[in-house]
Amino acid sequence: MSIKVRIPTPLRKLTNNEDLVEIEASNVGEVMQELQARYPGIQERLLDESGEVRRFVNVYVNEEDIRFLQNKETVLKDGDEMSIIPAIAGG
Amino acid sequence: MTKIDNGYMQALKCRECGREYPLTANHVCEFDFGPLEVAYDYERIGRNLTRETAASRPQSMWRYRELLPVAKDPTVGLEVGYTPLVRADRLAKCLGIRELWIKNDAVNYPTLSFKDRVVSVALSRSKELGYETVACASTGNLANSVAANAAAAGLRAFVFIPADLEQGKVVNSLVYNPEVISIKGHYDEVNRLCAEIAGKYAWAFVNVNMRPYYAEGSKSMGFEIMEQLDWTVPRHTVVPMASGSLLTKIHKGYQEFIRLGLVESSPYCVHGAQATGCSPIAVAQKAGLDFFKPVKPDTIAKSLAIGTPADGFYALKVMKETGGSADDVSDDEIREGIRLLAECEGIFAETAGGVTVGVAKKLIANGSIPKDDSAVLCITGNGLKTLDAVAGHVGKAKEIRPSLREFEALLNNEEKINR
Ligand SMILES: Cc1ncc(COP(=O)(O)O)c(C=O)c1O
Ligand SMILES: [Zn+2]
Repeated sequence: MSIKVRIPTPLRKLTNNEDLVEIEASNVGEVMQELQARYPGIQERLLDESGEVRRFVNVYVNEEDIRFLQNKETVLKDGDEMSIIPAIAGG
Repeated sequence: MTKIDNGYMQALKCRECGREYPLTANHVCEFDFGPLEVAYDYERIGRNLTRETAASRPQSMWRYRELLPVAKDPTVGLEVGYTPLVRADRLAKCLGIRELWIKNDAVNYPTLSFKDRVVSVALSRSKELGYETVACASTGNLANSVAANAAAAGLRAFVFIPADLEQGKVVNSLVYNPEVISIKGHYDEVNRLCAEIAGKYAWAFVNVNMRPYYAEGSKSMGFEIMEQLDWTVPRHTVVPMASGSLLTKIHKGYQEFIRLGLVESSPYCVHGAQATGCSPIAVAQKAGLDFFKPVKPDTIAKSLAIGTPADGFYALKVMKETGGSADDVSDDEIREGIRLLAECEGIFAETAGGVTVGVAKKLIANGSIPKDDSAVLCITGNGLKTLDAVAGHVGKAKEIRPSLREFEALLNNEEKINR
């Protein structure tokens, strides 16, 4: 399964400034592992000590917040897009 | 090497891990995505900001400028703030509390909501950092304020809003002729898109990369309340919550005045108000949780319709630490709140104000705010902008021909009904 992952500005130092990377994975958790394999150090930025998505990290699959899906177990299919975005303030 | 003059600011500091960053347009820690916050040199502020200096300055939010994040004198929104704090005896009686005050940002300058406070700070700082284009993601009021203040400052503006906003809010942005981009989706989707746009374009996004500066502007509502209460901290404050930023910053304002000795330390509670149709923070508070579950908003209080509140964790923490409570009210209770405030005090608030009054009523009734205490309600926006929400719920004009006979017949009829 090839997934397009959008990398937010604060993490681009770790991805050699790539803002869009293609990852082979079948769920969100696997994307995180694959990212870590390719860009060592990136996982600890996204996950806390207990392996959960950090509270100020929002992850979207095809524009839907994974907290409305199955969080890290959210299943992905070929061509899905995943965005990682810091929480932002009020309006 | 010449040192950059950052005024009273020292650094941007991560609220999660404490790492420090330079004072640029940057809102998030690279290590844990925690929000960055401005750190100040309080010792130097303490030497320069006294009750007397503040009181001797013009009546605007900038009379506390040492505690606001600009390096030099502000250049945008010099007239913002210092809105009335009115004693609300009639509403107090109606809600069953001894003493009640309304902090009335429905008449804030220039766009009739508390957002002018955050925008004057964000745009002043954007200019200091050399930006010529400003932008925001907004539930309406922020867009109005960015559009107006950018126009007056000669800055280019892009405002992004959800497509289902009230017409009043949309027209109130369009008239200043910024780029208004209406997104088919709710605010959280507007937000996500703006985070992506902000990563790509070198603009000052007031609530994205300028957020650490922007958010500090809300403290001024708290500063003014204390000065207007004769330099004391109110026992209870009720604050409407969307992202939860205003509530956390009012608390921070109280803490800063205490720290600087501008007011005496005394116990106080900060309470949060939401609409039932979008109440992730209030629901978490009532369940005793320190985290919230995101929701998809469905409420007439569109200005508060943020389902993934960025400062939700911190708002919960503030309520817990101060012994405050939260609650939420239905659309009908919001309209009732708007009517109560209007009929008792002659103040026409937008839906967020209806939320605040409605929740205050509940908190007084259930004892969270004791009847013999005193409370301040933060009214943050103007009713003229959300006419759609109350039209059809506030009675009807009585139509007659221009005839004295018809008028007196009408009057007799009314008196019969009222007797
Ligand atoms: C009228 C009004 N009151 C209160 C708020 C709440 O602001 P915050 O996001 O800081 O909680 C907003 C935010 O958009 C608003 O427009
Ligand atoms: Zn951090």
